[in-house]
Amino acid sequence: MGNFPTAVKHCLSYEQLIKDYPWLRGWLQEEKTKYPEFVKIVEVGPRDGLQNEKEVVPTKVKIQLIDMLSGTGLSVIEATSFVSSKWVPQMSDHSDVLRGIQRAPHVQYPVLTPNMQGFQDAVAAGATEVAVFGSASETFSRKNINCSIDDSMLKFKEVIKAAKEQQIPVRGYVSCALGCPYEGRIEPAKVAEVASMLYGIGCYEISLADTIGVGTPGSMLQMLQRVTQEVPISALAVHCHDTYGQALANILTALQMGVSVVDSAVAGLGGCPYAEGSSGNVSTEDVVYMLHGMGIETGVNLDKVMEAGDFICSALNRKTNSKVSLARNRKL
Amino acid sequence: ALPEKVKIVEVGPRDGLQNEKSIVPTEAKIHLIDMLSESGLQVIEATSFVSPKWVPQMADQVEVMKGIQRKPGVTYPVLTPNLKGFQAAVKAGASEVAIFGAASELFSKKNINCSVDESLQRFDEVMRAAKEAAVPVRGYVSCVAGCPYEGKVAPEKVAHVAKRLYAMGCYEISLGDTIGVGTPGSMVDMLEAVTREVPVSALAVHCHDTYGQALANILVALQMGISVVDSSVAGLGGCPYAQGASGNVATEDVVYMLHGLGIQTGVDLTKLMDAGAFICRTLSRKSSSKVAQATCKL
Repeated sequence: MGNFPTAVKHCLSYEQLIKDYPWLRGWLQEEKTKYPEFVKIVEVGPRDGLQNEKEVVPTKVKIQLIDMLSGTGLSVIEATSFVSSKWVPQMSDHSDVLRGIQRAPHVQYPVLTPNMQGFQDAVAAGATEVAVFGSASETFSRKNINCSIDDSMLKFKEVIKAAKEQQIPVRGYVSCALGCPYEGRIEPAKVAEVASMLYGIGCYEISLADTIGVGTPGSMLQMLQRVTQEVPISALAVHCHDTYGQALANILTALQMGVSVVDSAVAGLGGCPYAEGSSGNVSTEDVVYMLHGMGIETGVNLDKVMEAGDFICSALNRKTNSKVSLARNRKL
Repeated sequence: ALPEKVKIVEVGPRDGLQNEKSIVPTEAKIHLIDMLSESGLQVIEATSFVSPKWVPQMADQVEVMKGIQRKPGVTYPVLTPNLKGFQAAVKAGASEVAIFGAASELFSKKNINCSVDESLQRFDEVMRAAKEAAVPVRGYVSCVAGCPYEGKVAPEKVAHVAKRLYAMGCYEISLGDTIGVGTPGSMVDMLEAVTREVPVSALAVHCHDTYGQALANILVALQMGISVVDSSVAGLGGCPYAQGASGNVATEDVVYMLHGLGIQTGVDLTKLMDAGAFICRTLSRKSSSKVAQATCKL
């Protein structure tokens, strides 16, 4: 504003005033909740979703789903899992899927790699980002991957070392962050410990997963308050299951704390293996609807996600779990 | 800061059953209300004194009012669209009633065939009669976050209608997201406008879960000081504007969230789920409550 005296500048422009005295913002404005301007959605439908569906989906259908999702604006699509097909038969076509998809520019296609064998297979199939799974519950770790939390960290260290050599980023998951089907309540301190371990060994992002969906805004807040004492909030993501209908409220709570990465699954694919007949992953459509309604950008085209959801639901011969999709598909 | 206590207004027997396809026999309605009375709920909307021509599901309004076992400390409000309905309600034993205004002109026209102001004038009669009979009146505002005909609804319009109802003498105003399109964004904008005109202690939110946003919307409402939440056991009642979609938010899911936040409701979730299981069996339908559906034992 040229030669204007500073005081006049400030009278004419509130923005200029705040720019020069940033501390005034909180003092002058009404106490309004601050949300991130942009939220990155990590689409886990093709992996976490399909892995937990009863029907096994043919490889070309998986590929088509991922290709459709690649056109929606999503920047991260978890494509498959390099777990032994003995354990997860739904993901046995992992190499074919990874090789078959059309990789869109600006989109990442991380894959799960529980150990070195999986990692090597993933790289051979073209993986450029991988993920490892830790647990905040000792019992869950033993039952799910047959080893203690500490031993699992040793395995992950190997993977991360090899990944670093190839400049492959690694994402870490902490399951049972808000409750365990075996142990019940999980202490926030334990979640913080495991998250911190994963971050310490080199994971660039830690996704905190409410594996059985029992969390509420109360337990989410407590858990995040503790975890953020050990891991920077910019490195955190939330992976909420909607088994008790709490997912969006929990995600909202996480956003209010400054989390800006949210995992979700198109059409809410994937039931809960610990609650027969219940839902699992929160639907990407419902999350995007909420975020856009709050003025938060995601880069995602909701209509295109619903199309991808329609496609996979008809392939699976099942109804969508997304309420937005259900509502939008009906005529007024 | 969140409220320490939240009052749940259970609308299943009225808003829920009114919007279910199957008509429920009178004894089942009475049994449902009696079960809900035992669950710790303080307010149970029992029925509606609308003409059975319009709402056949509520045709047994008088038998229901006379048949329920009123638990001390529990109120059983009923809807009364006009003076005739009010008189019939009082005769049947009603000790609290509710009236309805819309925040959308088109919705008012299509729903009750008159403008919003005209509808509020009609309620003047009911308000006068209710005052004389010392019967408290609750006011509902529908379409607070969007209208199936008009689309977006201005927060100032919602505030205007809420203010009118409050000035007319309604002790509490329930803000209804009739088609469930609201999000924590639009919810906050709307509540900011309304709380400038009506004290927050006199406000309630009535969120529909048609787009899955209800619990998130309720959470922001609580953060703004609202401490009265409407919900429907088992999420009874679909959305008449979105075929096959859900309507009311499920009381079980709301209570689960509130208790998880350390907020007291006085409600026993197990007994509530029993009532939900009963009415779903009667209706031969699955519960819309995710808490009820989850069989995971913790």
